[in-house]
Amino acid sequence: MSKITFREALNQAMCEEIERDSNVFLMGEEVAEYNGAYKVSQGMLDKFGPKRVIDTPITELGFAGLGVGAAMAGLRPIIEFMTWNFAILAMDQIVNAAAKMLYMSGGQYHVPMVFRGAGGAAARVGAQHSQSLENWVANVPGLKVVMPSTPYDAKGLLKSSIRDNDPVIFIENEICYGDIGEVPDTEYTIPLGKAEIKRTGSDITIVAHSRMVSFALSAAEALAQLGIEAEVVDPRTIKPLDEATILASVAKTNRAITVEEGWRFSGIGAEISARIMEKGFDDLDAPVIRVTGKEVPMPYAENLELMTLPNVSEIVEAARVVCSRA
Amino acid sequence: MSAKLKAAAKQATGLTHEGRAYSTDILNSMHDQMLLIRRFEEKAGQLYGLKKIGGFCHLCNGQEAVPVGVSNAMQDSDYMLTGYRDHGHILARGADPTAIMAELLGRSGGIVKGKGGSMHMFDIDRNFAGGNGIVAEQVPVGLGFGFASWYREDGRVTLCFMGDGAINQGAVYEAFNMAALWKLPVVFVVENNQYAMGTALDRASAETHLFKRGISFKIPGIQIDGMDVLEVERQMSEAIAHARTGKGPFLVEAITYRYRGHSMSDPATYRSREEVEEWRAGRDPIARLQAMMVKAKLATEDEFKQRDRDIKKKVAEISKAAEAMSLPDASELYADVYHDPIASAYPYPDGSN
Repeated sequence: MSKITFREALNQAMCEEIERDSNVFLMGEEVAEYNGAYKVSQGMLDKFGPKRVIDTPITELGFAGLGVGAAMAGLRPIIEFMTWNFAILAMDQIVNAAAKMLYMSGGQYHVPMVFRGAGGAAARVGAQHSQSLENWVANVPGLKVVMPSTPYDAKGLLKSSIRDNDPVIFIENEICYGDIGEVPDTEYTIPLGKAEIKRTGSDITIVAHSRMVSFALSAAEALAQLGIEAEVVDPRTIKPLDEATILASVAKTNRAITVEEGWRFSGIGAEISARIMEKGFDDLDAPVIRVTGKEVPMPYAENLELMTLPNVSEIVEAARVVCSRA
Repeated sequence: MSAKLKAAAKQATGLTHEGRAYSTDILNSMHDQMLLIRRFEEKAGQLYGLKKIGGFCHLCNGQEAVPVGVSNAMQDSDYMLTGYRDHGHILARGADPTAIMAELLGRSGGIVKGKGGSMHMFDIDRNFAGGNGIVAEQVPVGLGFGFASWYREDGRVTLCFMGDGAINQGAVYEAFNMAALWKLPVVFVVENNQYAMGTALDRASAETHLFKRGISFKIPGIQIDGMDVLEVERQMSEAIAHARTGKGPFLVEAITYRYRGHSMSDPATYRSREEVEEWRAGRDPIARLQAMMVKAKLATEDEFKQRDRDIKKKVAEISKAAEAMSLPDASELYADVYHDPIASAYPYPDGSN
């Protein structure tokens, strides 16, 4: 095992897959000569040259569509959005082209590609650079959505995403790029659609993804001090969603909350709590509560920004409320 | 001109047009392709009127010379993409007309299994990649096919069509820029039929000479008569050769005219009956080729009348065969959403959704 950062884990995954398959290439803004806006692609241009690691103009709709066409022609593009905020410009190609091409063509044209980049809020970058859009894309049939929370998961899941035969939306978190974690020195992959229990517990299930997993784990430690043992489930893949692992956990704890950075309305927590209600209703001793980002455009002031994001004490409080109900 | 065309031109008499020789076989083939498209579209219009074809249906009557001329300048391995007015294009690439008619009818034997309809025709065996319903969607996608050819150095050229409406979309210029920046082998073909739905070109475009739209990107552009199949074939051969020899993208504006409305629900009140008649009577691409061939004594008017009867009969048979096909099986509903089906795309085991 080696201790590496989240960004190094992503870098290793891309390098290994580019070495493994001549059809894989990385394209995006500042990925080559600049070594990545967040240094995720550090050193890749030197290693693989300008045909495999390609700087684009600032033209998200255009290069997203280029990726779709290249994938239809048999390549395996990794399209990097500097952040997912800019992917909104490319949404037509993601939703109307990438997601639907296989179906519309009656199974003729596959679109094996990855759209990846930083999602969620960074720090103090304001409304247009701080948002979680995973619920937008998870709503669309044809897309898969992956959101890792650790370097280990990031590497294993990105490798699987690149090898996947469908378009995969891979959302990272800028704040997590420097997180350090253990990663095996030998090759491994993690299948899409498999959740992981990040902490076992018997009293309540906390379902959280991406950066919110670390918040949930901190909350679980605080809850333990109060005599509440929380089980933290990280779906890792939003779509396909591993509902079996979530439902099994709820069957054990009989209580659940969801935690996400994004807005509440039709968020990921809405989907997860609906599924628990539909399929695990008899296991529940209390209604599911959703902890989410506040429904405002992200403000700039430090105190207001902190108020907007979910925090550990909100998670603790939500868990206490759920556990106090008979 | 493809090797096939050249060989054929040598061995048979034909005619020479603007310094380019065409064998009688090639002329007959282009004529029959255009006439098949014309009669196919008329049949589709009838079936739409009978409510056998649903949804949106965009016919290309009048515009046949563009896809047929372009197609004859292409090699089989070249890619073609277009927008939603796509019946003529996929027919010109040689796809099975019965499967295309079955698609319009939403049948199991449709070219995309009844899942696409009029606007979403695909034929991977003929490198025809759609069939796109969002205006200009296919332009960045077409760029991607060109990129793949550059990446693999496979010598293929991508023919990426759009209309005079699509050319005002931002996506087009993003694609133009990257195509020129990286010298990708893409020929952009603007089918200027002079109306974007009901909006005349000069009401929507500040620069109405659409072949100039690539100037800022250093993409060479030409305007051609899209009602003359031989001009289309000749000019496209040069544009395709330009792209194939590593010189980068090329932009061709083909001036053409659609005889029908934008779609089946459009009575086309934004233009005069005289205007439509002027194009139909004076510039019809099928009549022009026939006149040229009669003048060169390669065929007689009676022979053309007989071939028209034959093609009409063939289209009637196609339509009959397609109508006899079954509707898609219910199992098709969830097929092809993903490469391997995923659980959450399905109804719950108890049948609830």
